[in-house]
Amino acid sequence: MFYRRAGIRHTRYQDERQLFPLGFDRGLIIAVLAILLAAPFLFDRLYVSGYLLPWLIWTSAALGLNLLMGWSGQIHLGYGAVMGIGAYGSVHLVRLGVPLEIAMIAGGLLSATIGTMFGGAALRMKGIYLAMATLAMQYVVDFVISHSTVISGGSLATLQVPPVSFLGIPLQGEVPTYYLALGVCFVITLFMLNVRRTSFGRALAALREKDYAAQILGISTFRYKLLAFWVSSFIGGVVGSVLAVTYLRAISPDQFHIELSIQILAMIIVGGLGSVLGPFFGTALILFAPILLNNLLGFTAGKFGWSLPIDLRAHLPLMAYGALVIGFLLYEPLGLAKIYANFRNYLLVWPFRHAQR
Amino acid sequence: MDWILLAELSTNGVFVGLMYALVSLGIVLIYKTSGTANLAQGAIAMTGGYVTWALATLVGVPIWLAIPAALVIMFGFGLLMERIALRRMIGQPVIMTIMLTLGVEIMLRGILPGVFGAAVKRLDIGMPQQPLFVGELLLNRATMIGGSISLLLILLSLFFFNSRFGVVMRAVADDQTASWSVGIRVERAIAVAWGLAAVSATAAGVLWGSTQGVDWSLSLLLIKALAIAILGGLDSIPGVLIAGVIVGVAESLATGVLDPLVGGGSRDVVAAVIILVTLLLKPHGLFGRHHIERV
Repeated sequence: MFYRRAGIRHTRYQDERQLFPLGFDRGLIIAVLAILLAAPFLFDRLYVSGYLLPWLIWTSAALGLNLLMGWSGQIHLGYGAVMGIGAYGSVHLVRLGVPLEIAMIAGGLLSATIGTMFGGAALRMKGIYLAMATLAMQYVVDFVISHSTVISGGSLATLQVPPVSFLGIPLQGEVPTYYLALGVCFVITLFMLNVRRTSFGRALAALREKDYAAQILGISTFRYKLLAFWVSSFIGGVVGSVLAVTYLRAISPDQFHIELSIQILAMIIVGGLGSVLGPFFGTALILFAPILLNNLLGFTAGKFGWSLPIDLRAHLPLMAYGALVIGFLLYEPLGLAKIYANFRNYLLVWPFRHAQR
Repeated sequence: MDWILLAELSTNGVFVGLMYALVSLGIVLIYKTSGTANLAQGAIAMTGGYVTWALATLVGVPIWLAIPAALVIMFGFGLLMERIALRRMIGQPVIMTIMLTLGVEIMLRGILPGVFGAAVKRLDIGMPQQPLFVGELLLNRATMIGGSISLLLILLSLFFFNSRFGVVMRAVADDQTASWSVGIRVERAIAVAWGLAAVSATAAGVLWGSTQGVDWSLSLLLIKALAIAILGGLDSIPGVLIAGVIVGVAESLATGVLDPLVGGGSRDVVAAVIILVTLLLKPHGLFGRHHIERV
């Protein structure tokens, strides 16, 4: 319908190699990008800093984890710890007077270095053993962060982020922080879109399908597993520092606990493993479904005069996460991205049921 | 170093470890029969505790009846969970089953405190709380009884594996295709394994609930149970016993010896360190079969 084509017929190789071969997709993406760019002037401040900003940050993190879980097929249950390492590393550097641009990269490198050690476990084991190892790493990193006064200043202390500026623009108020998060998210998305067209991305896909086969084809599993962990942890570290600087502004160890890891995992599963679009949808659903549900429940309860116990409403987010994860795994394992793709494929050839391939 | 303190800590640790091992038994049972890691085991233990509490307090059933009733209900819950969720995951990548059980864990952790209230529930099953003095040792009587009951239940499960149905389950654990081809109902064996895992988790939930109260923190037993299962080798029941004792003693000693040095909280990290060390040095654990694929 909107796409105005029946079947995919490219006449030049160049057309097929494009990132978005269809004109409608290009237009849609430009429109979304324009709305996101104009958001601070279009929407209320509360919506920008309370909804759009976390959405962008968590999406960036989910994209980083998706590189590892969706594309190279390695399980990682400790991504929150990786983000925590980046956050603490960069905040400490900023406090020492290092400019934010360098501190972000350094936080990423620190995360990448430590995160690759998680990957060291992946060289020896896979499947549930890797899941257990990364889960254990999450606890160990939590323990080290919260118990070394040098890093966190004690288990109950929070670390303030001093006023910082990015490329000469002071990060104060909603607008500059929003644009920083948007910029980081844009760069990561662009990287993720393009990485699957490179030899690195294809090597990761081969690794995911069968590691022996990949090794036989001449893809070094040693190298690419470590690289996958390195890249993904680097993204995690950078996103962690963005999270600390733009959203949290004061970090404490409990913000990077296992709950964060599980939240990001749920975003990927709900959004769709191995897709770029998926984390955007998944993050939106996981972040906002509990809020919507809570408001809806509060509204209906108010209307019908029920008195809902406060515990029920406090635990609603957990129930919603769990139900979403279970529901998607059972009924649409490829997540919201697949639902969107089905819809798009249907509209692609709309008056007809099928297209000639 | 104070020897009395060390002896006291390790004796208490042995019994606490046996109580952890009861949670771990379910993980091992399920891994043995179906090769699935059950990350919901901690939350199932919590559910068992809540169900028992609800039967005893809300329904008003006497406690000696509430516990068996809860065990039966949770057996059904395990069967149901396998039938509705896990069976559809057969043949899917391992990431899916892990996430599915994690999803169940998250949901249970939301539903039960949400419905019954998040405050700690007291579950009195008539265990004496006052400590026991043996010579100069000060022992926790509740964990001693709990540990002994756990030991008994785990030994019982060893006997179960020699019964007719236990042999069926051993066959399924050994080779699913081969047991299918000789007429064993593999699905039923896996379902029963889930049911029994839920039962053992419930027993552990009741024992833990009676010592520390029933609330969401019972689901934190998961990480200790995983440590025990990994150290014991994931598919060995004697391994669970021995690893349980090791983890319990290590944790107890860490609390007594390390905590003054690092400022508390080392109890929670011991299990994680044990998992890491086991996986790096001897991934098939102490008694596990050497079938881990090395890449």
